[in-house]
Amino acid sequence: MGGIFPKIGILGLQGAFQKHHEMFKGIQVEARFILYPGQIRECDGLVLPGGESTTMTKLISEMHLRDELDAFSGPIFGTCAGAILLSKSAGDSRVQTLKRMDIRIDRKGYGRQVDSFIQSVQLTFDKTPFRGIFIRAPRIVDFSDGVEVLGEFEGEAVFLRDNNNLLATFHPELSNDARVHQYFIDQFF
Amino acid sequence: MEKGTFEVKVGLAEMLKGGVIMDVTTPEQAKIAEDAGAVAVMALERIPADIREDGGIARMSNPRVIQAIQQIVSIPVMAKCRIGHFAEAQILQALKVDFIDESEVLTPADEENHIWKLDFKVPFVCGCRDLGEALRRIGEGAAMIRTKGEAGSGNIVEAVRHMRKVQAGIRKLTILQDDELMAEAKGLGAPFEIVRQVARDGKLPVPNFAAGGIASPADASLMMQLGAETVFVGSGIFKSDDPAARAKAIVLATTYYKDPEKLAEVSMDLKDAMKGLDIASIPENERLSQRGW
Repeated sequence: MGGIFPKIGILGLQGAFQKHHEMFKGIQVEARFILYPGQIRECDGLVLPGGESTTMTKLISEMHLRDELDAFSGPIFGTCAGAILLSKSAGDSRVQTLKRMDIRIDRKGYGRQVDSFIQSVQLTFDKTPFRGIFIRAPRIVDFSDGVEVLGEFEGEAVFLRDNNNLLATFHPELSNDARVHQYFIDQFF
Repeated sequence: MEKGTFEVKVGLAEMLKGGVIMDVTTPEQAKIAEDAGAVAVMALERIPADIREDGGIARMSNPRVIQAIQQIVSIPVMAKCRIGHFAEAQILQALKVDFIDESEVLTPADEENHIWKLDFKVPFVCGCRDLGEALRRIGEGAAMIRTKGEAGSGNIVEAVRHMRKVQAGIRKLTILQDDELMAEAKGLGAPFEIVRQVARDGKLPVPNFAAGGIASPADASLMMQLGAETVFVGSGIFKSDDPAARAKAIVLATTYYKDPEKLAEVSMDLKDAMKGLDIASIPENERLSQRGW
């Protein structure tokens, strides 16, 4: 963007939207919360935060945000519940995904909260691993050839890119490490 | 691989922010809650208003009911255990509930000691009336704090009192000097290291939610504006005349708590809220918020 920072909109319906905001603030990127129709088209890029994907599905539909999300052509970055929303299918009729990434995802693939974990994620673009915080995380079941894996642990893809969409099944917004957010800004705008 | 650590526990509490956690007693109610957009359900044997009415000992829910609720909804399932009843908590952990509420709504099992929550992999939420109580529970390992309010009353006045006390306590810590913090910790009856941390950060180290008496969209907005990060609704939904519509309206009110026009819109077509109780009419020894310390 040649020194002009992109306008990032964070879906602020529910979940860890504030944490994403703090992350972007830390790297001097302006972010605002999306709550109403009309706000999405004013953004250069969007973030779909972690939270409950069923709740977000309800609120997206209730507030008539779906059409604007579908029409949005800029980059979208989704974490956890946001990753579920970006996927092609989550195998659950309670969640209406945006089908922007050619990925199939299992919403409860790692189990319940007692199975939530922290694991070092190996990144393709940086030697230092990322401390991945996985909270009732979705699990990637499969993805098409066009999808690029940017991070994994023990052969599990957990951080992926498909065209101008970026997805992490963990929560980079909960760590004190802005590399994933920085990557989104540097590589997508 | 790290599991069950403080960071992992607080992580789930972070994901619940800006949402509504609803008390349910049956799988059917759990389904209504999920369909309305709840971020989690709290499984319990009887809702607080009925516990209050029926009397007797209120215990952890039947494991079979908890399992049935876990099977029917995909959102996190929480369950309550009695204050100090670590065996109930162990059973709830074995059932893999997502959060345990060590709750004053149930009959306390220990009048001196709360559960040592650091021993558990499952995160705990605990009630509080003021900052000292919040910090004592965090010292024992709670990953989420909520106001006690007065459960089952349909009356918001106690939740407001407790939230204001917690927030005022935090604000006070931020203006005290280092050499005044020990005396303040003594007065609060709270662990000194956590007092220092709150003084430095200006907020609790765990998410701070509201509970106890929320019965309308306006109540949810009020608590959010007072600093709650999520609301628990107990009797307020299933004791009202239109649970599904009210549940949905409270979900919207929690997201759009700063938007009075939206709040008016979501409140407009609701039927009657639960009747509710004047706190003064509840004898001191029957007030649930007096349980625990």
